[in-house]
Amino acid sequence: MASRLTTLWDWFDSRMPSVAEEWRKHAAEYYAPKNFNFWYYFGSLALLVLVIQIVSGIFLTMNYKPDANLAFGSVEYIMRDVPGGWIIRYIHSTGASAFFIVVYLHMFRALLYGSHREPRELVWIFGVLIYLTLMAEAFFGYLLPWGQMSYWGAQVIVNLFGTIPVIGPDLALWIRGDYVVSDATLNRFFALHVIAVPLVLLGLVVAHILALHDVGSNNPDGIEIKKKKDPVTGHPVDGIPFHPYYTVKDIVGAIVFLAIFCAVMFFAPEMGGYFLERNNFIPADPLKTPPHIAPVWYFTPYYSILRAVPPMFNSQFPGVLAMGLAVLVLFFLPWLDRSPVKSIRYRGWLYRAWLAAFVVSFLVLGYLGTEPTTVWGQFGFDAFFLDTRDIATWAARLFTVVYFLFFILMPWYTARDRVKPVPDRVTM
Amino acid sequence: MKKLLIALLFAPLAAWSAAVGYRLDRAPIDPTDLVSLQSGAQLFINYCMNCHGAQYMRYNRLVALGLTEAQIRDNLIFTGEKVGDTMRVAMTPKDGKAWFGVPPPDLSLVGRSRGADWLYTYLRTFYRDPKSPTGWNNAVFPNVAMPHALWLLQGERALEIAHVKDKAGHDAVEYRWRQLAPGALSPARYDAAVRDLVNFLMYVAEPEARTRKTVGIVVLFVLGVLFVLAYALKKEYWKDVK
Repeated sequence: MASRLTTLWDWFDSRMPSVAEEWRKHAAEYYAPKNFNFWYYFGSLALLVLVIQIVSGIFLTMNYKPDANLAFGSVEYIMRDVPGGWIIRYIHSTGASAFFIVVYLHMFRALLYGSHREPRELVWIFGVLIYLTLMAEAFFGYLLPWGQMSYWGAQVIVNLFGTIPVIGPDLALWIRGDYVVSDATLNRFFALHVIAVPLVLLGLVVAHILALHDVGSNNPDGIEIKKKKDPVTGHPVDGIPFHPYYTVKDIVGAIVFLAIFCAVMFFAPEMGGYFLERNNFIPADPLKTPPHIAPVWYFTPYYSILRAVPPMFNSQFPGVLAMGLAVLVLFFLPWLDRSPVKSIRYRGWLYRAWLAAFVVSFLVLGYLGTEPTTVWGQFGFDAFFLDTRDIATWAARLFTVVYFLFFILMPWYTARDRVKPVPDRVTM
Repeated sequence: MKKLLIALLFAPLAAWSAAVGYRLDRAPIDPTDLVSLQSGAQLFINYCMNCHGAQYMRYNRLVALGLTEAQIRDNLIFTGEKVGDTMRVAMTPKDGKAWFGVPPPDLSLVGRSRGADWLYTYLRTFYRDPKSPTGWNNAVFPNVAMPHALWLLQGERALEIAHVKDKAGHDAVEYRWRQLAPGALSPARYDAAVRDLVNFLMYVAEPEARTRKTVGIVVLFVLGVLFVLAYALKKEYWKDVK
């Protein structure tokens, strides 16, 4: 039996040797630093969630109807009448949030250990492109259940494009395909969500991994392991083959992740209204605006920034611009960081403090974005500079400033930071 | 800046006192209580389904509540539908709009959009209001278009909303209930009936909820076993990494 399989493999290999070659290049002989820690699980987990989303998504499309009159009912049909349909739907809805959790932690890892720094700028740029594409994917997908939040969330976000000077109104109309979000919008968002954006996403993921494997992985010490090679084998002395070492390690990580994922999916699929919003169990009604419209939690930091910027010249565009810049500034991160070291382990307190302030800002902005601006009450006094007395709006402004200062001041504080000497070899 | 900091410090407090509206009671529902679910189904079909449907719910799903298809057909279907049909309402949305101002919403998912506590409190806080077109109003949902469908059971009550000062001197609202005419059920029995109805509505909103938890336990157990195996495998491979 074994010899027959070997013969079959030899037959295959002699005709298409590139399969074995790629396997060696990207797994069996891809040397990764041996000191990966907890934060290094999230790359492979993001890939796992991508696969989960694609597979569950394929099964959902078998019963979903992208039609304004049928969409909401077809989702309930999946939840009630399709055997196992509720599992598939909850996998996909939990997966959407899980994707962002994993990607945010993955990006935070880069900020911790300087994974965006030279020579990995392209890896980072492809990563930010993946993040942008993922946002588009989530936005298009969120319309499909055709609930009140789907509908009004899409209405609000498309209207943001409408605030762009000159081309805005035409652009919004072009995106919607109608004067309001309607059946035409649902149909095109379905097309974009199930085929166009996933194709782009897959392409970018391939580019991200290829770019990574060309330069090699960073590590918690921020040391280039390629600089210390074994003179006999030519492999990095601090590197170990990705397969089997990191495949078996990532399997453990994947199982722990799946356990948390399944705990949410089976015991709290709505996650207290954050993963599946209450209002989205009401069918979309173009004539009835919900009193409080908030995007899903993974967009709320940016939504907070949008709301924090006051309208200028009778236009919401400054807020939209700030929101756009908050994402786009990520592209410049590799060049904003001037520190001589990569890892937070050898950086000084300046960077640590700024990173902490940034994380707090991001989380508080995220929380505030889920709530109405009145959530923290109002100031009990009036002053000429107070355009609004909502405390939450002022808090959001404060944290928006911190968010941007983290990037704007980065060249200054990273260069000035008191760094520690970096060791020659990685530490376990 | 100092004022801002003070405001931020006291922000949670401000939010707490800013919470307005009638305080919701906790619904003492139990999704495993089949007797309660059956009685809730009966109440739903007798009282709610004159105006509201549950268009995503099939009658024969009620076998999960411990009923046979024959029992469902003979006792719960009054409109000649088949047992495999969904629980649709005869009233057209157009008629509903003409009669109540808004078409009565479908209740398949009201348990998920409103939540059990809201429903439980809402159905127990109707009061007589001569100013409203139906003669009824509600403490949780002011000026609701729906009249008190369960009034024969609860009887008629009056509500006085008094604006008072609490001990700390803050503005507060006090709800003073008064029974005008008794219903068929005592207040305690009425609460129990509403509990059953809400229990049923929560079931209808997600019929797979109990299956979900059972499957979840099995899946987590399997993942637990896999974790032990995968961890042992990882340890074995990583022995030689120094």
